[in-house]
Formats: sequence, C-alpha cells, structure tokens
Amino acid sequence: MRIAVIGAGVVGSLIARELCKYDVEVLLIEKNLDVGWGVTKANSAILHAGYDDPVGSVRSKFCSAGNSMYTELSRELDFEIKRTGSYVLAFNDEEIAVLHKLLKQGEKNNVPGLELHDRDTILSKEPRVNPEVKMGLWAPTAGITEPWMVAIAAVENALENGLKLFLNEEVVDFERQNGRIVEIVTNRAKHRVDVVINAAGLFADELAKRAGTEFVPLHPRKGEYILLDKKLGSTVSSIIFPTPTEKSKGILVLPTIDGGLLLGPTAEDLPSDRKHDLSTTSQGLEAVKGFVLKLVPGIDFSMVVKTFAGLRPESPQKDFFIRASDSVRNFVNVMAMRSPGLTAAPAIAKYVVEEILQQQLGLKLSLKSDFNPLRKGIKKYAELSVEEWQKAVKENPAAGRMVCFCNEVTEAEIIEAIRRGARTLDGVKFRTRAMFGRCQGGFCMSRILKILERQLGLDASKIVLKSPNSWIVDGKVRE
Amino acid sequence: MKTDVLVIGAGAAGMAAAIAAAKNGLKVIVAERDEVTGGILNQCIHNGFGLHYFKEELTGPEYAERFRERLSEYTDAIQVLTDCHVLKLNRDKKALLVSPRGVFELETKVVIYAAGARERPFGSLMIPGDRPSGIFTAGVAQRLMNIDNRKIGNRALIVGSGDIGMIMARRLTLEGTEVVGVVERLPYPGGLLRNVIQCLKDFDIPLYLSSTVVEVRGKERLEEVVVANVDEHFKPIPGTEKIFKVDTLVLSVGLIPQVEMLDGLVSLDARTRGIACSSTGQSSCEWIFAAGNCTAIFDLVDYVTREGERAGEYASRYVVGERFTRNVPIVPGENVMLTFPNSYSDVDDLTLYVRCRKPMEKAVLKVGSFERVFEDLIPSEMIVVRVPKQKLMGLDRIEVTLAEV
Repeated sequence: MRIAVIGAGVVGSLIARELCKYDVEVLLIEKNLDVGWGVTKANSAILHAGYDDPVGSVRSKFCSAGNSMYTELSRELDFEIKRTGSYVLAFNDEEIAVLHKLLKQGEKNNVPGLELHDRDTILSKEPRVNPEVKMGLWAPTAGITEPWMVAIAAVENALENGLKLFLNEEVVDFERQNGRIVEIVTNRAKHRVDVVINAAGLFADELAKRAGTEFVPLHPRKGEYILLDKKLGSTVSSIIFPTPTEKSKGILVLPTIDGGLLLGPTAEDLPSDRKHDLSTTSQGLEAVKGFVLKLVPGIDFSMVVKTFAGLRPESPQKDFFIRASDSVRNFVNVMAMRSPGLTAAPAIAKYVVEEILQQQLGLKLSLKSDFNPLRKGIKKYAELSVEEWQKAVKENPAAGRMVCFCNEVTEAEIIEAIRRGARTLDGVKFRTRAMFGRCQGGFCMSRILKILERQLGLDASKIVLKSPNSWIVDGKVRE
Repeated sequence: MKTDVLVIGAGAAGMAAAIAAAKNGLKVIVAERDEVTGGILNQCIHNGFGLHYFKEELTGPEYAERFRERLSEYTDAIQVLTDCHVLKLNRDKKALLVSPRGVFELETKVVIYAAGARERPFGSLMIPGDRPSGIFTAGVAQRLMNIDNRKIGNRALIVGSGDIGMIMARRLTLEGTEVVGVVERLPYPGGLLRNVIQCLKDFDIPLYLSSTVVEVRGKERLEEVVVANVDEHFKPIPGTEKIFKVDTLVLSVGLIPQVEMLDGLVSLDARTRGIACSSTGQSSCEWIFAAGNCTAIFDLVDYVTREGERAGEYASRYVVGERFTRNVPIVPGENVMLTFPNSYSDVDDLTLYVRCRKPMEKAVLKVGSFERVFEDLIPSEMIVVRVPKQKLMGLDRIEVTLAEV
C-alpha cells in the first residue's frame, strides 16, 4: 500500500513519521526546498497548555493531548523543548473575569496544573512585567520549542524508517478512478497512490478542491514578529500573554529556545489570494512594539536582531478540519491548522493514522517490527565538556573550527547538516542555528556558502537562500 | 598552557598590542578566529590606509602585511594561533580556546581584548517588507567580492554614505555592478569629502540625502527598494517615495563594538557601546585591557594601531607590577557626541578622541584648562588631540566641550 502525505510542515511530517511505524510505503511531497518552511517556519513556537480552545471544539480535543505528547516526542526525536509555563495577565476586573472563564474552560479541556496567581506571586516569578497587573492565569505545561526542528526531526527519523521524501515538487493535479485518487500529478512526476493525506497548510483548501473533496475555505492570518538579542533573553522566563480577545491570543512576550526574546504576533486577516504575503509592515511592527510595552515595560528595542512575518491558515469555522472525505473515499483532509496547530500536531498525527485510516477507512495496517523511533540531533560541540570536545576534535578537526561565533556552531555541524539534507543557506541555518545570532551571518555567511559549495560540489552561484530563484552570488568578478 | 599576555584578535589593534608587549620582553599568545591575521583589513583592498602611521598610502592588505612582518620578527616572544576562537574568559584569568588543533585552557596574567566590531545587520533596522536574498552588509559584500571573487548582483542600491558605503559604491561599479545610488538619512554625507568626490562624483553615482529605505520587495531575490525622504526627526515623509528596481541592497549603517565575550567581566560605556577604558586601555577589570573598535568605533586604522600599542604598553607595565590608580571620568559636554577614552589615568598625557554632534565651521575644544580651535568639523570625522598632563591636574571630572565660534 502506498500512502502519500502532501505537505511537510509539522503536521504532515509527524503524520508521515507515524505512518512509517506501519508496513506501508510512505511518500511525503513538499513544494518547498526543505521541510517545515511553510506555516511551520514562522509562528510563536509555543506548546500551548490548552485552556484557550472552546470546550467541544476539535482544537480542544487535540491541544492538551498534543502538549503532553511532546515530552516523549522530544526525547525520541532529540529536539529541544522547554516547559517554561505561561501567564495570561489581567489588568482590570473585566480581564479578571476572562481569566476565571479560561480556568474553567481549561479544566474541562483536561489542562493540568492551572492556577490563578495574585500580583505579588506574578511579580516574584516575573519581576519585569508591568506592576499594574492584577491577576494571572498560570499554566505550567505551556512551553516553547523550534517548530521547524520538530518537522526536520520527524522527517529525518521517518527517512531512517523508509520514508520517500520529494522536495521541490508541487502537486498540480490528481488522477481519479471510481471515485478514488489513483495518481498524484506533480510538476515533476506522477505518483501512484492508494491513500492521500492532505496536510498542505495554507494551500490545503485548493488541493482539496482540485481533488473534488469537501473542504473549508482558508485565508491567511498574518502575524508579525520582532526577535531580540540573547542579551534580553532573560527578560521573562515564561510566556507572557495578554488577556485574549475574541479574535486572537494577542501579542506576547516570550523567551526563545536559543535564548532570545520574541515579541508578537499581530493578527491581520488577509484575503485568500495573499497566501504568499510574508512581508512585514511598519504598522504591524509598531503595533507589536506598542503592545508589548504594556505587558513588559522597558524592553530595549536597540537590541532587535530581526523582524519577520508568518501566516496561519484560518477558516470561517475557526477550528481544525480533520476528516476523511465522503466524496473521495481515499482522501483525508488535515487542514485549517491555526493555533494551536503546532501543539496539537502529534495528537493529530496519531488520530489520523489510528482512527481515520484504520478505523474509519478500515485500512489494515500492520506495525513494522523494526521501526526505530529514535533520532539523534546534530551534535552541538559547544555543549560538550572540554574533555569530550577535545576527543571529538582529535577525531574530526572540523569540530574545532568555529564558523558561527554568535551561536557557537562548528564546521562539523554545518557539514553534518548538509549531509542530512541542507541544500540552501536557510537549510543550514534552521538545522544548526548558524546565522541565527546577533550578527545575522555577518561573519559566517560567506564561509557557510563556501562549505556548501565544497560539500555539494556546486558552484556558489547555484546555491540559494531558500527558493529556486533566491540566488546569493552571481559569477566571478575576476577570472 | 601559560602566557604573560593573551591578545584576543589579530586585527590592527591586536597585532600592534602584541608587538608592544613583546618589545617589553613579555611572552604573548595571540588568538585569532580567522584563518589569517589582519582582521577586516584583508578585505579592504582600496587604498588610504596608513597616511598617519606610515606617512604613505597603503591598501588594507598591505597595511596588514606590514604588521604581519613585524609580528614575525618576534617569533620567540609571540605565538600566533589562527583559526582559534576564544570561547570563554573566566574571572580566574583562564581562557578556553577552541581550534581544529584542539580545545585547551590557557592561563594568562593579562588580557588585551581587541575583538573589533561587527556590522549592524539588516534585521535590526526593522525595515518593513519581504525577506528576499540580495541584501548584504557592506562587509559581507566586500568579503564576497574582494576575497571570494564573487559578483554579488547586477544593480545595487547602497544605504549609508559613511566611508565604507561610498567605497563600496565605487568597488561595485568597478566590478561590473551598476550602482543606482547611495541613500543617506542625514542631510550631509556621512563620510569624508574626498570619498564623496573619488567614489561617487567621479563615477556619476547619485547621493540621496535626507532619505531612507522604507520597504524592500521581492519574494525570492530582491526586486525593488522603496526610498522616501525623511524629516528632521528621520521620520519618512509620506508621498515622497521613490522606487529603485535593484537586485542588490548593500547596507553600511554602522558598526557595533564586539563586547559579548566580556559580558559580566567589564563595564561598558553607554555612548560608545564599547568596553569602557581608561587612557591606559585598562577596563574596569584591572587585568583586562582593550583596544580598537571593541572600545569605540574609530575613523582610521592608524588610530586603532596606536590604541593597540598603548594598550600593549600599559598591559606590559601592569604585568611587571605597575598599578594605575587615578581614574578621572571623561564626559562629553556641549556639542560633543562622544569621547574616548572614558576615563583618564594620570600616568601620561591624554590622547583624546572626540566626535562632534553636528557640523560646525569653527569651534573651541575645551578639556580642563586646555583649549584649541578647530575648523570644518563634521560628526563623521574624529578630532584627535593630545592634552598635556598639566592641563588636567586636580580635576575629578573631565568635561569635553565644543563651543561654536
């Protein structure tokens, strides 16, 4: 049996890995040059506790369940998570009332450990938040991770377990026979399939339409972010939310996994024809700046490292749409993965494979005896003891050549990232954190370009930042 | 390993400091993270270096070569470790070094920190728009072109009319990239007049003053840059937008002293954002001396060399037991943007670097009881002046002022 997953974001990647536990042929088709580069790449990187989602919603079903799965998943796949906990802060009586509602909702959603904290408790744990705070909802299970790393780790592990990965391949059509999809047509190839799982993120509605299945229309909701230097990473130790409104969870202040401080996102609904619009705007960035100062006064904006925007797929129902199609019997939609899609993803992957495929569609999948659930991340030499590092350098001198000074990434790590599939500057960046630091590649980008050139046996003019036409350098200036 | 002096960084300041310490008979180890000594000089293939120090005009690599030769005259005293990154410096004067040859600890008596500066990256400017390829800092562009022999694009716009920005405009033109303009948010050029003429006028490259980039566009490679005029508070004026169709944007918008390795060990100066130093080069941690662009951003490499020599000299005297006690704060006053050093230790006359706040035709510099008239002052050009020790006697605070006349 051949099962194809379309879209290698965090949801598609985890579904693909889940499928690799069974004795089936698994295809993962992704139009970008790397995995995790769509919706997954730019969001708040939060493992939500699960008190936000309306009782009875599909979101509520998967959020706290997914959250609790991350502990084991991060151990198996060797990516970092930090259970920082989160606060929702209330500054007036109206907001306090909302906190009480959230607490009740969270308890119904099986969110563990929720507590209401008074001002003094909050300020003792988070001394930098606005002292006018009146009350806070504390959620200890909330945490942070690197979303793209979840996708990368899942795909690496799936590849070890037989996954066939097709990058830079865009699905353009489907061949149908007797109300079933029999072939996926991409811009490069045709893939015969028995089952199709649509996890195409922002574009899942268009794919579903093309396949002739039910769908919910998607529009992008843009979130703009500001990332600050590691020097400010300890400004807060947990995720600081404002009291949510009907529309969104608001603009937050949170630490990042690698020690920076992240501010954002805005929430701007865009029409459905702007699914490629990842531009930041002056209004958006100003909104972020203005808003976060109410939560955490005194943030030093001279320490900005970068600004960026991400898009979340939003539907009119404001809920996940996860179901087998009634009209096309071998097609499963996993779409409208708005927040908390990242958190819910592991639970969704399990649900899709165990409940939808096996129970609802009645597929007979047998578990592989030799599935290896473990994947090792790229070794970070700077985290080793001096003795261990010394030994590693003796075996491999590249482990002692520091390339990225800001995030202390060695040449050995960059070579390993390339060995594991990085083909672009961003591919190296997202796998190693090189170029992610305060100098933003000022010292290391040209060196990484040369390492890519050497390792891939390609001329530098063929190496791109992130997409086929995002070239870095042209020909030579002197022969 | 043990040494008397650990010099961190083998750029202009580090090389000069190492030589000064070796001349004083000390054992020196220089740790340089790049594969060669010389620092940023190696990628600056234009001329104009060394006019003060060597009294002749050299290119960056030539200037570096002269010091490399001098270093090699002291092979008994100086050991240069290239491709060697100082990972950590501890309070107990031990450093952890990492290189392809090994990871090892080094015990020293004194450190001369000469790590230079980094460029302000595009991301820190919070410019709205897309995030395409084709946006380079001047230093990265310079390295790619001058060292790696790569063409960075076909049509470029440059932001920042400091000397580096203007020199890059010329270099790109000479290397076959069309430069459509240089954008400067100040109402006057940020660099030397000679560069305005030799780098822009001579090549018909337009300079857009009081202008700033308000948006970059391009889904993959850069396609368009939107530039607008700014008011006196540097706020873009709506309706003045101009679109440049370019595939390359080169940013030359300032340098930031690199200080992170010394976090928690030394004090910084709020204005220079560099390591706060006494006139001896000594930081707030008495066994750490610092020199060059990690203390303040200097106009000329010649100054950086002199500061390196000074730090090397006083660090050596510190190693053999001399202590520099009296440290009088030096503070910028009227019309002064910044001063360096940050305090005065009365072992010698004071070499003072001053940057004015605005262009002035004529002004009197006052430092203690010292006065001197300067003409044609601009913020981009540092004033360097030697103030005799006697003029600073008995002060417990040295204010530096520029009174317009």
